[in-house]
Amino acid sequence: MLRYTVRRLGQLLIVTVVLSVLLFGWLRALPGGPVSALLGERATEESRARLVQQLGLDQPLYVQYWKFVQRAITGDFGVSTGVQPGTPAMEVFLQRMPATLELSVLALLLAVAVGIPLGYFAARRQGGWLDNLSITWSLIGVAVPVFFLAFLLKYVFAIEFGVLPASGRQAAGIDATHATGFFVLDGLLTTEWDAAWNALVHLLLPAVALSTIPFAVIFRLTRASVLDVVEEDYVRTARSKGLGAMVVRGRHILRNAMLPVVTTIGLQTGALLSGAVLTEQVFNIPGIGQALSLGFQRQDYAVLQVVILATAMVYVLVNLLVDLAYAAIDPRLRTR
Amino acid sequence: MLGTQRKERIDGLAESGGDTTAGVSLAASAWRRLRRSPTFLVGAGIICAFVLLALVSPILAQHDPALRLLEEQVSRADNRIPAPQPGFPLGGDQYGRPLLSRVLLGSQQTLLVALLATVIGLGGGLTLGILAGAFGGWVDTLVMRVVDVMLSVPSLLLAVSIGALFQQQSQFTVIIAVATVQIPIFGRLLRGTMLAQRASDHVLAARALGVRQRSIVFRHMLPNALGPVIVQATLMLAVAIIDAAALSFLGLGAADTSTPEWGQMLGSAQNFFDTHPHLAFWPAGCIIVVALGFTLVGESMRDALDPKKRR
Repeated sequence: MLRYTVRRLGQLLIVTVVLSVLLFGWLRALPGGPVSALLGERATEESRARLVQQLGLDQPLYVQYWKFVQRAITGDFGVSTGVQPGTPAMEVFLQRMPATLELSVLALLLAVAVGIPLGYFAARRQGGWLDNLSITWSLIGVAVPVFFLAFLLKYVFAIEFGVLPASGRQAAGIDATHATGFFVLDGLLTTEWDAAWNALVHLLLPAVALSTIPFAVIFRLTRASVLDVVEEDYVRTARSKGLGAMVVRGRHILRNAMLPVVTTIGLQTGALLSGAVLTEQVFNIPGIGQALSLGFQRQDYAVLQVVILATAMVYVLVNLLVDLAYAAIDPRLRTR
Repeated sequence: MLGTQRKERIDGLAESGGDTTAGVSLAASAWRRLRRSPTFLVGAGIICAFVLLALVSPILAQHDPALRLLEEQVSRADNRIPAPQPGFPLGGDQYGRPLLSRVLLGSQQTLLVALLATVIGLGGGLTLGILAGAFGGWVDTLVMRVVDVMLSVPSLLLAVSIGALFQQQSQFTVIIAVATVQIPIFGRLLRGTMLAQRASDHVLAARALGVRQRSIVFRHMLPNALGPVIVQATLMLAVAIIDAAALSFLGLGAADTSTPEWGQMLGSAQNFFDTHPHLAFWPAGCIIVVALGFTLVGESMRDALDPKKRR
């Protein structure tokens, strides 16, 4: 187990180093460059040169990269030039991260809370109306572009019926204390219930839109996995031993069927982060997804670097944790 | 009398035990099950319908999709867009171009983008997967590290990053961006299936007989490893269409909008969604149905190829 953990941590390190090199090269290969993005087309040569020197863009690439690594280790990724001009890029990321995290966690909770029970019951009544209905639903869910679904939800629930807010993280009129940046959590911690409720209501539509693909994947895998496990010999043995139906369901079927599902939940982090870029755009949520699309439009190298590197690391780290958790749930893997 | 009864009983037993027809290949038995699967038939029907639409759309479309025939009815100031009228059953788009003709002809570009992106992604993935799976050792390690790094970036982020590298966005850059995302997925999948093949008895036998390495890889391992890859490619066609739409939505779609493509139409309709949702509904509906078609076919093929379900 320890050796496995160390090896996986080593892989994480390699991925991070390779990714940082690729990212650095990629950022410089982009057309335009930060100077024209900052100063516009009609800037004088003099002001251009001054900015190039200020940003260190006149030095050789390997020197730039080395400086980048040295500063990155201390958390300094330079200053944002386009998304929030003048603010350190790391600060931009840290300010926006809670919004995305809040949204993604709620979406994942929705997907798990609906997907796993539905997958289980669909499998137990294979071919029944619930099974057919939820399969159809999950297939359509995968075929609908996330941002179109987001628009559709916004149009129906926010514009036509006006029951849910159309954009933002919290109503402007609410006087809320923001200690952690997680608005729902802030409201709960400071017992400002109306603030927490308001933030949660704002999250609802984007989270539903974002949860469709993880839901479909989790539902289908749970269903397939339960179908596999039900036919295993140990389930028949458990039944023939006279164990109660509840015990067989919980300890033998569900626990074993959850193994592949746990891995998939980790892999959904990527889908959530991809979807967040689109959902945040539709609902105008100031998260890292919006920072990314703004960063591309305004060629903000500093913000793009920290956001892409951080999201990739979060993704790899989550999958590492999931694999370790997997080994903890499944004793068979520990010996390998 | 008694003899025939016993024979029937034994035949019945044999049938319940496995195929009565001797030596049915996995592909043949898969095809037999596919033909009876309603999921497959619906999906295949949808795909055939859309391919047919792409072929005959130049005849069906009454107007040139690039011409701003209804431009005088467009008004930026009071957000006016041409309504349905004689000759234009769906009205016009935000530039006054005929919407119906654009939706019909959009099938061509949409299917083409998905197909090309998947073919390129498959080609790249095949190369990586064959390299890793066939040689193993340090080649495998190196290729898989590259694949891991590519997979560690969320897919849309990777596509956007590639798309942003180009000075001028076009249908070509969309295809490249969507294809890049698929390369590591195909690569990893093919490596897995190739590794399984490498350890199998028939490859060992071929090696013992002194068959050349190249021949083992391409004649013995690859054909047997392709099943899951074909399934994945079908599913990827759906993903490619949706990814292309997402790129357009983020402003990285083709800059030239004279040739209609559904993803691009949907992406450019975002500013009119609150007031003119029909501009988004038509391309979105087409995307959803065609993506559903590819998904249904892919899923039913996956089920049919699963040896566990082989009966």
